Amino acid sequence: MKPDPGILLKRRIMNRCMTVLFVVALVISLGVLVAILGKLILDGIGYFTPAVFLKSTPAPGTEGGLFNAIVGSIILVAVAILFAVPLGILAGTYLAEYGRNSRFGQVVRFCNDILLSAPSIIIGLFIYSIIVMPSGHFSAWAGALSLCVIALPVIVRTTEDMLHLVPDTLREAAIALGCPYWRMIVSIGWRAARPGILTGILLAVARISGETAPLLFTSLNNQFASFSMNGPIASLPVVIFQFAMSPYRDWQHLAWAGAFLITVTVLALSILSRYILFVIWKGK
Amino acid sequence: MVNDFATSMEATPTSGVLAQARAGTKRLGRVASGTRFEPAFGFITRTAAFLLVAVMVSIFILLTYESLPAIRTFGLSFITGSSWNPVSDKFGALPAIAGTLITSVIAIVFGAPLALGVALFLNELCPFRIRQVLTTTVELLAAIPSIIYGMWGLFVLVPLMAKKIQPALIGWLGPLPYVGNLFQGPPFGIGVLTSGLILSVMVLPFIASVSLQAFATVPVALREAAYGTGASVWEVCRRIILPYTRNGVVGAIMLGLGRALGETMAVTFVIGNAHSISASIFAPGTTISASLANEFTEAFGTMYQSSLLALGLILFVITFIVLIITRILLHSINRQLPL
Repeated sequence: MKPDPGILLKRRIMNRCMTVLFVVALVISLGVLVAILGKLILDGIGYFTPAVFLKSTPAPGTEGGLFNAIVGSIILVAVAILFAVPLGILAGTYLAEYGRNSRFGQVVRFCNDILLSAPSIIIGLFIYSIIVMPSGHFSAWAGALSLCVIALPVIVRTTEDMLHLVPDTLREAAIALGCPYWRMIVSIGWRAARPGILTGILLAVARISGETAPLLFTSLNNQFASFSMNGPIASLPVVIFQFAMSPYRDWQHLAWAGAFLITVTVLALSILSRYILFVIWKGK
Repeated sequence: MVNDFATSMEATPTSGVLAQARAGTKRLGRVASGTRFEPAFGFITRTAAFLLVAVMVSIFILLTYESLPAIRTFGLSFITGSSWNPVSDKFGALPAIAGTLITSVIAIVFGAPLALGVALFLNELCPFRIRQVLTTTVELLAAIPSIIYGMWGLFVLVPLMAKKIQPALIGWLGPLPYVGNLFQGPPFGIGVLTSGLILSVMVLPFIASVSLQAFATVPVALREAAYGTGASVWEVCRRIILPYTRNGVVGAIMLGLGRALGETMAVTFVIGNAHSISASIFAPGTTISASLANEFTEAFGTMYQSSLLALGLILFVITFIVLIITRILLHSINRQLPL
């Protein structure tokens, strides 16, 4: 029996049309990425002068830089990570080791998933109502804590996933040698999962360095360089938001310079973390 | 690879041995050095894990508590009311809720087909050598901070929409009956459609990435059998891959929806922050998160602040529900970290 040439042709045309559409979808997606990066490079680099790093944010019409915002962002992210890393690793360890199949473990995993995908502005509202409202003022502590709550689930998730990749036979071998359970976790589990956990930390840093929404009403903003955790502090994303929405040309230029800086940092971090992961996969 | 490990872990219940060992180290007392530390270590990790539950629960409780004044005053009319007037202390959330839902739906309408196209291309057509590079590149879209999307939207997309796209759409589709109502009004550039378009780019990498993971679960034999009987690439996608991974794909789209609902900064830049509902998707509007970002620091008075917190509660509940559905749908796929 010979196939009907009409049907064959129809199928071939359909296939051709759909595969072309797939390619178009890819081209559009990559096109947007290129368009965003292109605009950032074209507009960002031009305003990228040494003053950006050396001077604080200016009043409209005067010369200035982003020094206070950069310092503020570094402080906020560093403090947030400082708290999120130990907590995240411990909680992730619980999920992968002690609470692997337990009821409580499932509840924790569920909460972690919700926190991981919860809108970041909600986290900001939460920190506002437990810290800013009772204390009566905006502070760097509040900002850092809200970033910490955002970074935490990322670290928990990667730690758990990475510990799951450690074969159980390794665990059993350690236990069989008389190693206490906690010791096995520390010197077998954590050691084997170290690059993976590092990846999680890098991803968390990448995620929170660009976060704006939760900082709007926790750390607020500050025109001057501040190193105090108790007062409002400037941060790069909030300054970019304020400056980009402003009608002043020189503020918008600084916003582009800041946007360029932040995107380069974040992309570098996520590419680095992927590279580490890639090396792990290759080793396996 | 993650999947292999996960399944092998579940298939071999070695954790039984581990559980015995756990109990054993407790019972044996001082046999091995450092055994005494065991309960403390377990306690510390459990406390850290409990902290996550505590944070999650207290978000709920605090938001509810703080929005009580608004809920008591307005009752159900807070959700159905459409006036948002800080001067007369009258607040209705309908425009913000509607804006949130409409922008997210636009995001999915444009973003999901694009993402599925990308994922199917990467899965079926892409040459193996560039596959990983392209996947990573698409996923980098998810790494770009949302404020960058907002800026790009404001300075690049908005002028483009105002000068080219919106006038053209108003000219073509405006005169149509019924549908035409969606495309009315002056071409501001900012507005609901522009926000939805930016969101669609932002959710794309999430949907594509999770869909790819779902596609990876399709048995090779199934695909090869289809190709062997002469099926074309499209037919394999349409008849084998998509039906097999239906839950995963819908879950991926729901995950994208959850992202779009809560997205703040990108939307705040381009939506125009107008508490009004309009039939036209060119009109400025607002979303819950954009209202919060724009107004919260300037909200004086208990009622104003409480109403904004109630908005936050509504957003949290909506995303919560969407995430639960996502979890149920993606249950079978060991979802990697949505970056």
